[in-house]
Amino acid sequence: MSNVLCIDTSNQPMSVAVYKDNQLAVELTVNIKRNHSIQLMPAVRDLMKQAELKPNELTEIVVGEGPGSFTGIRIGMTTAKSLAWTLNIPIKTVSSLELVAGSMLYQKGFVCPFFDARRGNVFTGLYETNYGDIDCLEEDGHTDMESWLSHLKELEQPITFVSPNGDDFHSMINSYLRDQAIILDQAMSLPRASLLYPISQTKEESPVHLVKPNYQRMTQAEANWIKQHKDESTNE
Amino acid sequence: MSETNEIILAIETSCDETAVAVVQGGRKLLSNVVATQMDIHEKYGGVVPEIASRHHIEQMTVVMEQALDEASLTVDDLDAVAVTEGPGLVGALLIGVNAAKAIAFANDLPLIGVHHIAGHIYANRLMQEFEFPLLSLVVSGGHTELIYMKQHGDYEVIGETRDDAAGEAYDKVAKALNLPYPGGPVLDKLAQEGEDLYQFPRAWLEDGSYDFSFSGLKTAVINKLNQMKQKGENYRVEDIAASFQASVIEVLTEKTFKATNDLGVKQLIVAGGVSANKGLREALHQKFDNRDIDLMIPPLYLCTDNAAMIGATASIHYHQGEFKDLSLNANPGLMLG
Ligand SMILES: [Zn+2]
Repeated sequence: MSNVLCIDTSNQPMSVAVYKDNQLAVELTVNIKRNHSIQLMPAVRDLMKQAELKPNELTEIVVGEGPGSFTGIRIGMTTAKSLAWTLNIPIKTVSSLELVAGSMLYQKGFVCPFFDARRGNVFTGLYETNYGDIDCLEEDGHTDMESWLSHLKELEQPITFVSPNGDDFHSMINSYLRDQAIILDQAMSLPRASLLYPISQTKEESPVHLVKPNYQRMTQAEANWIKQHKDESTNE
Repeated sequence: MSETNEIILAIETSCDETAVAVVQGGRKLLSNVVATQMDIHEKYGGVVPEIASRHHIEQMTVVMEQALDEASLTVDDLDAVAVTEGPGLVGALLIGVNAAKAIAFANDLPLIGVHHIAGHIYANRLMQEFEFPLLSLVVSGGHTELIYMKQHGDYEVIGETRDDAAGEAYDKVAKALNLPYPGGPVLDKLAQEGEDLYQFPRAWLEDGSYDFSFSGLKTAVINKLNQMKQKGENYRVEDIAASFQASVIEVLTEKTFKATNDLGVKQLIVAGGVSANKGLREALHQKFDNRDIDLMIPPLYLCTDNAAMIGATASIHYHQGEFKDLSLNANPGLMLG
């Protein structure tokens, strides 16, 4: 029987779920701008208590690996990795975009999850759900929303857009895709940690020391360094 | 303080070292693992906070496992988990803090938050027992402080830098001299081969003050370099280094000397990354060796950032019953005392 702790803190929402004997026992999703570092561990403790489980009764951990807020991802993942390591139990990771796309898990069709990455950019990918199965059609990445939307338009398929970021991009989506776009209500678009467990069923377990965030974006310092060295080599 | 043999797993991730140690009874080092990122940040000429955090999360469980393995212990042998809660780089601190909280929760262990500078001071207790009152000179990339202690866990900052920390001044002057990263140790080495030809200013500040100021000195060095370059004068980098270092060291040792006299302390503890500086070590030995005061400078592996010092400090918190709950957060601006 599986007792599984699921965590996602990759963006503003914090979501934690506990499965007991394969059944979802408790879940907490908070979408208020708070500090994940202060909130997460007490939330895990409280949920475990409500599920009447001791830490050493956990059999598996599933964590959202990003993309999203670099700091947010690391808080969830450090917690998940450290728990999995010290309890000596398996850990699995799931894309935080796939998790959000999971809102449409039991429907059929194309799903585009996205997170605001500022200055008109988004973290996004394209998924297809089919009554409980989810497939990745286009890998997660970091792109500007306008060119991504022009690309999606060429698919000529209805696409459901899912994002916890409210309606910042809604008018842009509607103007590019018109009838092709369905925008899921915000309340349905939050990451729900409980979905990490069903989505993780098809994923491989990861060696705990190798688990790391999937930022989908290099750091500014690395980007600058590469740019500078490219400039230097073209100048020479 | 009662003698016990509590075993503490300590974590330190305040800058660019992922460090975990196991310390018994505050004084016995069972293991001390440091994964440094120095070579990673080298090409950027300084620590890049986001890159540091990215490496910490990849190293964290590896280093914890290695620390327990080297101590030949398991988590079941631990009595507490301790972590640096600040000061430091927030993103870097967060990895250690959240790892420590997870280990504490999973194993039902008490959680201890440690101040990084207290850690540097307590690194010395792994070598020798403290005698109070004592004075500590903390010199690092982020700190230049004189701290007076009447008893364990009691810190009174009697002097501190008003601008650049000593280590910061070293890094900036090293940059002006185009020295490779990290500049401080390279500058120290060059200074050994040079002479104090330039007599840069000593910042004594107002009478009786134990505070420090190094930004004027840094500016004087940079101005001198520019002047000589404009006039096409030749100079030896070694002499610039020696002249800069002579000013820093004279101010540090004289102010420290005055404070030890004024306060009548039994021990002087030197702590922080810059206490690895050879010139400073020599000057302090010259000043204090024949005096009625114990000069304690940690061995090099305890000068730079490590988790052994966090474990040594945590032992004091453990005995004083100072524990944190699971809402503990990283505190980049944490004050001492
Ligand atoms: Zn330090």
